[in-house]
Amino acid sequence: MKHLVHVAALAAGLLGGAAVAVGDEDHAAGEIRKYREMLEDGNPAELMEMKGEELWRTARGPKSATLEACDLGRGPGVVDGAYAQLPRYFADTGRVQDIESRLVTCMQTLQGFSFEDATRGWYKPGSEVEALVTFVATHSKGQPIAAPVEHPEEARMLAAGGDLFFRRSGPLDFSCATCHSLEGRRIRLQDLPSFQVAKDAQASMITWPAYRVSQSAVWTMERRLIDCIRQMRWPEPAFTSDAVIAIQSYLQHQARGGVLQSPGIKR
Amino acid sequence: MRRALVLLAALSVAAPAGAESDAEALVRKAFAGATEDEWRTRLAQDETQALCSKYRNAPPPDIAAQILERERATLKLPDDGRLLGDWREGEKLAGIGTGGHIGRIQPDPPDRRKGGNCYACHKLASKEVAAGTIGPSLTGYGRLRGNSPEVVRYTYEKIQNAQAFFPCSHMPRFGYHGWLGPKEIADVAAFLLDPESPVNK
Ligand code: HEC
Ligand code: HEC
Repeated sequence: MKHLVHVAALAAGLLGGAAVAVGDEDHAAGEIRKYREMLEDGNPAELMEMKGEELWRTARGPKSATLEACDLGRGPGVVDGAYAQLPRYFADTGRVQDIESRLVTCMQTLQGFSFEDATRGWYKPGSEVEALVTFVATHSKGQPIAAPVEHPEEARMLAAGGDLFFRRSGPLDFSCATCHSLEGRRIRLQDLPSFQVAKDAQASMITWPAYRVSQSAVWTMERRLIDCIRQMRWPEPAFTSDAVIAIQSYLQHQARGGVLQSPGIKR
Repeated sequence: MRRALVLLAALSVAAPAGAESDAEALVRKAFAGATEDEWRTRLAQDETQALCSKYRNAPPPDIAAQILERERATLKLPDDGRLLGDWREGEKLAGIGTGGHIGRIQPDPPDRRKGGNCYACHKLASKEVAAGTIGPSLTGYGRLRGNSPEVVRYTYEKIQNAQAFFPCSHMPRFGYHGWLGPKEIADVAAFLLDPESPVNK
């Protein structure tokens, strides 16, 4: 455990400068390889996974209940493989939900938390949402991405997600497609996946949620997307809003069949 | 004519023809917390943005022609007639990627300087390796094209409104949105064209 923290700190120091340095590209690549090697025997996300498992099993909230009866789509209490099949439609809420949204539903219904209490500080490193998502996602490692497109609402969200991916607005005319629809491109030195290309989409989506060395935190997919939306100079969308879920329906669909390696590790 | 087009754009934002699409309904809900000003400047689409979204940046020829005509009509040479400014200032602007971020998680201070962030998408000075590849390399731009009045004017106008030349280009319309002012556009144009600029060394 201590070892992991140490490695994370070391990696952050190493990489923090290297990745953004205006200088030798090969050097940056070399640094990244070095920290990948260092981390071979441990991803700091494991700490989050442990914290998440504890949160899952601890009786909490006004109803003093655990989350162990939470239905993530594969039946109450089934965690294995659940993340690989999200977003999906849930009859009890009448919504297509992603992992963040569904966990919040369970915190509300099973534990009695308000939406505000369940989501407070969700974007801060070490948040409960971050820990719970990491725990659940780790239990889909080795599973192929297979978000269902069976219910009409799932098909609708997938279609809307595609439209949103290409939706341009704002003072820089950006949409997701500006940065993620051309193959083999970079912003500065950062490689950009194209979600129009299956192998690219898979290579990206199989690695989430991911420990981000530069942030010293695990980022969930909503955290990632809301940051890209910030870069687009749009206002911040509501956490667990349907627009953010629809975009994930689209990304997961583009990446379907990719075998999950969650949790990943990133710059 | 120009007024008619602008009016049309404004109308289509306020009252989309027919029923609202699923995607737009989701946007309206997800950004319910945005201010009126944020809606106007960041979320509502002008006609060109709406068309490029609809055709996923590959507009059919008639739509492309319509976009070109509308965007060309927005071009405006600076009042003082200066199309080339200080390349050193332009170089700074080419590297600045901050400014204009909003929201509660990691906003910029409102007065933070906005840049063109050209390096995000283009290779410029050959010594700068941290250069993106969304757009073509512009290294040697002035050396290769020269400094004729046509080249100078094209360069200024391209930065002002990329879509006046390339409908649905991924490149932002910096002048159209007022992201860069006339003097800043001239500075960046000089960075591309000045023989002393590292772009041409
Ligand atoms: C202005 C450019 C830009 C726009 C627009 C943009 N992104 Fe990104 N995106 C990035 C950058 C930069 C990264 C991080 C790459 C890195 O850290 O190496 C990234 C990373 C991602 C990743 C994670 C890739 C990975 O596996 O590491 C996903 C998924 C993603 N973006 C989706 C989106 C979606 C969906 C949208 C629109 C809502 C969007 N992006 C808009 C620039 C952008
Ligand atoms: C988000 C990406 C992006 C950014 C930021 C960007 N560009 Fe571009 N640029 C492009 C793309 C893509 C093209 C090619 C399509 C086109 O011509 O519009 C392009 C084309 C150009 C061209 C035309 C090249 C030619 O062969 O005629 C010039 C000049 C140019 N950019 C200058 C700039 C400058 C200067 C800046 C910064 C102020 C800038 N760009 C910022 C994406 C970008």
